[in-house]
Amino acid sequence: MKSLEELQAIRDRVKAQINNREAMDGSDIRVIVGMATCGIAAGARPVLTTFMEEVEAKKLSNVKVGQTGCIGLCKFEPIVEVLVPGQEKVTYVNVDPNKAREIVQSHILNGKPVVEYMYK
Amino acid sequence: MTELALNILDISNNSLRAGATEVIIEICADTKADTLSIKITDNGKGMSLEFLKTVTDPFATTRKTRRVGMGLPLIKMEAEMAGGSFDITSEVGKGTSVTTVFGLTHVDRPPLGDVAETIAVLIGAPEETEYVLVYSVDGEEYRFDTKEIKEVLDGVDIRSTEIIVFLTQMIRENINKINGGKIL
Repeated sequence: MKSLEELQAIRDRVKAQINNREAMDGSDIRVIVGMATCGIAAGARPVLTTFMEEVEAKKLSNVKVGQTGCIGLCKFEPIVEVLVPGQEKVTYVNVDPNKAREIVQSHILNGKPVVEYMYK
Repeated sequence: MTELALNILDISNNSLRAGATEVIIEICADTKADTLSIKITDNGKGMSLEFLKTVTDPFATTRKTRRVGMGLPLIKMEAEMAGGSFDITSEVGKGTSVTTVFGLTHVDRPPLGDVAETIAVLIGAPEETEYVLVYSVDGEEYRFDTKEIKEVLDGVDIRSTEIIVFLTQMIRENINKINGGKIL
């Protein structure tokens, strides 16, 4: 059973990480998931939590997972934007948890955007 | 929506857009009365009586405000299809409360779904909002409050991925313990 003592240990770990990383801000990769009614109905919630779980499991401390509202292409939801500093923004459409894992592995870890999931 | 937890996420987003600093989500199952009620209460800016009358009509929505759209009509329809009811009260400057009741064993009731994941996504939203979750089945209750979590966190951002992933598992474990692990 997860306890608040365990949470304290995680807190201390996160605190230490933040101190180590203070100088590196601006170099973060950002993953943004559309979370309006259209996105939620199309399955955006498990996509967002998959990105969070992957980032946590792979200890990608330079990746920030965020949310936004309706991106304006409701029929392509769930929509995910990946922003790598110094590169053009990549928009993925009709994302599901499996595609999310692939995007983390290929795009975020290996630097190769997954062309077949991109908005064309 | 495929699960009620997704409706909860969607309705709570209305609260965030209404500037709420606290959202209380109460999920209560009563097997004797055969009801599953979901109540979402916020302390946001509230709505005028005039506007309140139109919120469950998707076509009466004024896009200028963008405060409501399909969210409320959807959950209202789902409750009514499952032998339940829908009620919304609001007061300008005080907040809004949405109550939906479903027939617990009604064949058309959508499953409750993953409440822990919904709370995780809400915590991860950019707004500085406190959340209280009260989950109860026949009086057996689990209560989660971000204010208590933040006390433990001592200034560390609750939106840190590692913390959100942990809290999701914690909420899920506690919910599963209630009602002998029987899924609603």
